[in-house]
Amino acid sequence: MVELRSITKRFGAFTAVDQVNLHIAAGEFLTLLGPSGCGKTTLLRMISGFETPTEGSIHLDREDVTHLPPYRRNVNQVFQSYALFPHLTVADNIAFGLRMQRLPKNEIAQRLKDVTDLVSLAGMESHKPAQLSGGQRQRVALARAIVCRPKVLLLDEPLSALDAKLRHAMQLELKRVQRTLGITFVFVTHDQNEALTMSDRIAVVNKGRIEQLATASEIYHAPRTTFVANFIGKANLLPATRLGEEDGLMRVRLAADLELLMETAPQQPSAAEMMLSIRPEKIHLQKTRPSAANVFEACVEEEIFRGAMDELTLKTASGLTLTAILANESATQESVHQGEKVFCCIHPSDIVLVRAGVM
Amino acid sequence: MQTAIGSGELPVGQRRPGFLGWLLIAPMLLWLLLFVVAPAAILLVYSFCQRDELGQVIYDFSLENYRRIFFDSETGKFGTSYITVFIRSVIYAGLTTAICAVAGYPVAWFIGRAPERWRNRLLMLVMVPFWTSFLVRTYAWMTILANEGLLNAFLQYTRIISEPFDMLYTPGAIVLGLTYAYLPFFILPVYGSVEKLEPSLVEAALDLGAGPLRAFQRVILPLTYPGVVAGVLLVFVPAIGMFAIAQLMGGGVDPTIGEVIQNQFLAARDWPFGAALGMTLVVLFTAAFWIASGRRAAT
Repeated sequence: MVELRSITKRFGAFTAVDQVNLHIAAGEFLTLLGPSGCGKTTLLRMISGFETPTEGSIHLDREDVTHLPPYRRNVNQVFQSYALFPHLTVADNIAFGLRMQRLPKNEIAQRLKDVTDLVSLAGMESHKPAQLSGGQRQRVALARAIVCRPKVLLLDEPLSALDAKLRHAMQLELKRVQRTLGITFVFVTHDQNEALTMSDRIAVVNKGRIEQLATASEIYHAPRTTFVANFIGKANLLPATRLGEEDGLMRVRLAADLELLMETAPQQPSAAEMMLSIRPEKIHLQKTRPSAANVFEACVEEEIFRGAMDELTLKTASGLTLTAILANESATQESVHQGEKVFCCIHPSDIVLVRAGVM
Repeated sequence: MQTAIGSGELPVGQRRPGFLGWLLIAPMLLWLLLFVVAPAAILLVYSFCQRDELGQVIYDFSLENYRRIFFDSETGKFGTSYITVFIRSVIYAGLTTAICAVAGYPVAWFIGRAPERWRNRLLMLVMVPFWTSFLVRTYAWMTILANEGLLNAFLQYTRIISEPFDMLYTPGAIVLGLTYAYLPFFILPVYGSVEKLEPSLVEAALDLGAGPLRAFQRVILPLTYPGVVAGVLLVFVPAIGMFAIAQLMGGGVDPTIGEVIQNQFLAARDWPFGAALGMTLVVLFTAAFWIASGRRAAT
């Protein structure tokens, strides 16, 4: 549906987007996720037509749209600040794009009715944007864009101005609307939870490049770079040395007294020195030594209560520090407290080899 | 967006001023009373009076002055000489306003959309002419437009024309002079509106399929309308009464209402008639704006 071919965008000496290739399938919910200033918004603005790439080309439904102005592209955007026209009513805001297409009056009325029902705005048609709540403005902005039936809907951090509860409700609603209409969504956010909740695929953007493009689960469980591992969820990033292979597993040394087995990754590093990522919740803690591979002893240095879970800082005898997360399951479960010794167990497939990100 | 939260209080903008509020606007009210209301009242009274041979005002109520505006004083028939002056002045001021709008809006847009650090410098350039007296600037225009002036000399030197071309002392010169004098008064309020216009609103219009022209018509113009209205008022109202430019650059052949009023007060020493002309202008303005604003409110 949307294809970016080696897109580069420079603003003066600053390279905002660097040689990005991206193929977005029809009906897909793709999220561009990254910290502020990483180039994700610039990418979006090039698809909508507000920026022209310095190099490369953009194709929409196999048509080269690189140099088409925004008003000639069948793409609509939901703006971060909503950008509702303050002088027009809700109905006139939503019908704006349809009137620009010079559609017949009865069709405009029909589509207006359908979309106000879809986003639950019925009854608000004659209100002005200033009379609406944040969530309602958000719905108007969404309705105004989808009523045009774009091939691709672009969303630029549309939920960032809402409070946490409303944001969660809108996430589900956006997902529902996307499934109902089958429109391709390209969603920009810096919020990893939002990305994980909503997306079919996530493109993690850092310093103008896509570091990893994969499903939410793959991004989380198998981050390819230190940046991805760190940006999405929490990760223990540990330097390690490769020792050799045993029964299809790789033996690595993390510290003088700590050697672990891990699954061999398809992207084997050429050097012996490498970086590993272990998610905190993948470290299983037990009071008694379990009979399994990859077991080592550590001391609980610090304990932070996080509601549903405890965050623990562990230290091994050789001084290696790890973060682990322990669910506060029930009173019957044995709890681990500060200053106690615990046995840590990590499954070989939960240790992930990561590349140092593009620095 | 200021809205009242909770409690039954009126929103900030609608609250009645308390004692402190009145105290704060007292100097302004006093100013208006002394320099607007009082002179207007004096003029209103004068306009119904007569004068003696020496130009002294005789307090003797009569509608004679108003009659003189519309009827010939000798024949007593309906006369158009002053009405022509009114119409001519409205045309000059209207043309001036139209040219200021067409020339000033793009300038205001350009400055308002310029990078922030440039805006103040560009605004300075707009205001540079104010650093010299406008009389001096008008005389400068006269030296440019005169038959032996710079422009004619240049055109003759380059052999584009062989004879001097009459530019000074024409209606065109008056409109040029007025436009030159009042252009900044159009640019500044429009700039204020343009600067406040959210750039993403323009992008949203383009994104929804509006080409540049329709984006201007449907979104940009309606949202900068208050600035345009202010600009139109700031140009049209003073331009219609301006007499110095019309006198200097028009040569006094076809006088404007400003010139006629000035003549009544200074040369003819007929203050009551000048006052009647002035009051007529005020009434016409008030009626025009009242109709215009009423129609806008109705749509």
